[in-house]
Amino acid sequence: MNTSTVHPEIPPPADLVDRPNYLNAAYGLKSWLLTRDHKRIGILYMISVTIFFALGSLFALLIRLELLTPEGDLMQPDTYNRVFTMHGVVMVFFFLIPAIPATLGNFLVPLMIGAKDLAFPKLNLASWYVYNLGGIFTLWAIFNGGVDTGWTFYTPFSTNYSNSYVIATALGVFINGFSSIFTGLNFIVTIHRMRAPGMTWFRLPLFIWSHYATSLIIVLGTPVVAITILMVAAERLLHLGIFDPRLGGDPILFQHLFWFYSHPAVYIMILPAMGVISELVAAFSRKRIFGYRFVAFASIAIAVLGFLVWGHHMFVAGQSMYAVTIFSIMSMLVAVPSAVKVFNWTATLYEGSISYETPMLYALGFIGLFTLGGLTGTMIATLGIDVHLHDTYFIVAHFHYIMVGGTIMAYMGGLHYWWPKISGRLYPGFLSRLSALLVFVGFNLTFFPQFILGYLGMPRRYWSYPPEFQVLNVLSTAGASILGVGYILPLFYFAWSLKYGKRAGENPWGAVGLEWDTTSPPPTENFPVIPVVTREPYDYTSEEVHRRTTQEAPVVYQLD
Amino acid sequence: MSISLTDPQAHGGHDAHPSLQHHFDTLEQQKEASTLGMWLFLVTEIMFFGGLFTTYVVYRSKYSTAFVAASHTLDWKLGAFNTAVLILSSLTMALAIWAAQVNRRKQVVAFLIATMILGLTFLGVKAVEYKDKFEHHHVPGASFEWHEGGHAEAAPAQADFAKHVQLFFSLYFIMTGLHAVHMICGIGVLAFLLMPSWKGRYNSAYHNPLECTGLYWHFVDIVWIFLFPLLYLLGAHAK
Repeated sequence: MNTSTVHPEIPPPADLVDRPNYLNAAYGLKSWLLTRDHKRIGILYMISVTIFFALGSLFALLIRLELLTPEGDLMQPDTYNRVFTMHGVVMVFFFLIPAIPATLGNFLVPLMIGAKDLAFPKLNLASWYVYNLGGIFTLWAIFNGGVDTGWTFYTPFSTNYSNSYVIATALGVFINGFSSIFTGLNFIVTIHRMRAPGMTWFRLPLFIWSHYATSLIIVLGTPVVAITILMVAAERLLHLGIFDPRLGGDPILFQHLFWFYSHPAVYIMILPAMGVISELVAAFSRKRIFGYRFVAFASIAIAVLGFLVWGHHMFVAGQSMYAVTIFSIMSMLVAVPSAVKVFNWTATLYEGSISYETPMLYALGFIGLFTLGGLTGTMIATLGIDVHLHDTYFIVAHFHYIMVGGTIMAYMGGLHYWWPKISGRLYPGFLSRLSALLVFVGFNLTFFPQFILGYLGMPRRYWSYPPEFQVLNVLSTAGASILGVGYILPLFYFAWSLKYGKRAGENPWGAVGLEWDTTSPPPTENFPVIPVVTREPYDYTSEEVHRRTTQEAPVVYQLD
Repeated sequence: MSISLTDPQAHGGHDAHPSLQHHFDTLEQQKEASTLGMWLFLVTEIMFFGGLFTTYVVYRSKYSTAFVAASHTLDWKLGAFNTAVLILSSLTMALAIWAAQVNRRKQVVAFLIATMILGLTFLGVKAVEYKDKFEHHHVPGASFEWHEGGHAEAAPAQADFAKHVQLFFSLYFIMTGLHAVHMICGIGVLAFLLMPSWKGRYNSAYHNPLECTGLYWHFVDIVWIFLFPLLYLLGAHAK
């Protein structure tokens, strides 16, 4: 038990899934609901997050249907307000923020650093329950008629005038914040204290670096929005006057506090996505990532700069000229580390042996869409342009290029990349490539017209519009339906693969990284013996990798 | 699982300590992880109260005279007494951890109980102060009343002044209220630690839970040390 012997000559059993793994370790609902295994909790999150994604998409569908025609014919303006608000609340707080960290991050962080679990497994399980509790509050609000303040809960509308379920939704978001704090805290401690021997900071996969940066933002930002939302709820309930100008309060103060979290929250969504892309680009170019340290530190730089730019949401809200100028400059500075990443991914592709597997299609899509979203972000960080484009569809298009074109593309790419590790099965190649293509085409068709609409002056958050905008809106709605098909397809073939997919083996992509050194699906304890790391990350050239990727045999193989 | 492989410095041999969780290799690693986790949690708490303090600072500078007038209705002697009580409770908390480190089981329990009693004393004094606010109609809301005014000003200005005083009391109740909630949680955790302490589970080899609770307790204490001057000691107390 104590001595670990290496038996490279023993071939792996033919039927890998019959070996002990985290899926067959225990059966029954109770074994899932009381699990402390980070891999199972990742799966639980995946299920919850998918349900909320479906709900958020349903609201998106309603928005696009209403905007198919210039007249407000499908719903009342008040209903429309509620629909776009709930689309935002559900997508931002219950899908985009937890999507990659809580599912892929939960599953992969301990595997990638060679740990048996996250530092606090009970806290990890608690975070899933807290997430769902927050979800229940929000769902309760939705089923009772929803909320109409916009996902930003701007005061004094949210505190004094709105006749919708602000408090229930706010409490849902407040509670949900704790689940992200638990996850972020767990990741930071795990990355600091649980790394396998030899896993130095500069041997960490970039996925880990970006999750570390994300966790920093979560830990520093989320509590601020928590107290802000608590004050909104208290104000609405007791009319204290904190944000009510009639009582001496300042509604702009709310915007400052809200965006102090909610702008960094955008980086909570995009940083893990960047981590995923770094893994995919290296794996499918079969090259060491270009400028590893720059990409790693770019994550930290984005996390730090992200806290200094919140004022760019308030250029027309009456800030001082000096504050506005500084926020504008700081916002443009964020483009620097972001561009470092994009250039380094592109440089990694250069002279790589690129293969167009499904995850790589998503990764390439991400690079293009993120670049467009990022560049338009620099545009609207410019003061003069922002005054023109503020609150138009240009803004909507910009942040959807980052959130959907960035985060969801990366989430889908990551799911396709690690699915063989998670489930132990392969999915159909043609269908999955088709879905990646549909998502890319559908996405651009949905959101590119919105850039033009915004530039022409179509405002956000209206249920009707002048007839001259109809052609572009019809294009957008058509694109959304293609996007919908692209998102639904994976649901079917992933489910299909669980039963009928080919067994994946431990490393179907021939990738490097500790997660590919263990079996698929991994055993509950992740590794038969704690691995000792002796190599750089993304070492796609050394002899050992060559041997490993050309034969199926694992290097270390021992069953406890 | 090989322990020597992962941590050659591990002391205490290879027998697993009963308090060692399965996913850690050594007690040392487990202790470092839980302490770091606690510190990070305190960072989130600082940011949480930070939002409130920011709000306070904004209105304190905007409505300076109203805040001073409102602050004068608070009894600084009770506040000072409570500050002393909390500092003393931090001492007993630290002594409880020390007692565990030197394996004095009964003293751990005694100091924990002393800490809890001091915490409850603080809450009792706070309850008296809250009661006073209710009696004087200084609780924000429909029944709020303020007659003193700023200086000799016209009626509309006085109405505004009263609103700003109410803002002070809103922040007073939110800040001290959230602080009290943290105190109650702390006392709850201390109660939870009593039984294992009595059974001698915390000793020189293993006392993470005590240490982390101590960190939390000191943090709540420090929050009060900021709240006390911000709320009670505005302007000169000439009374």
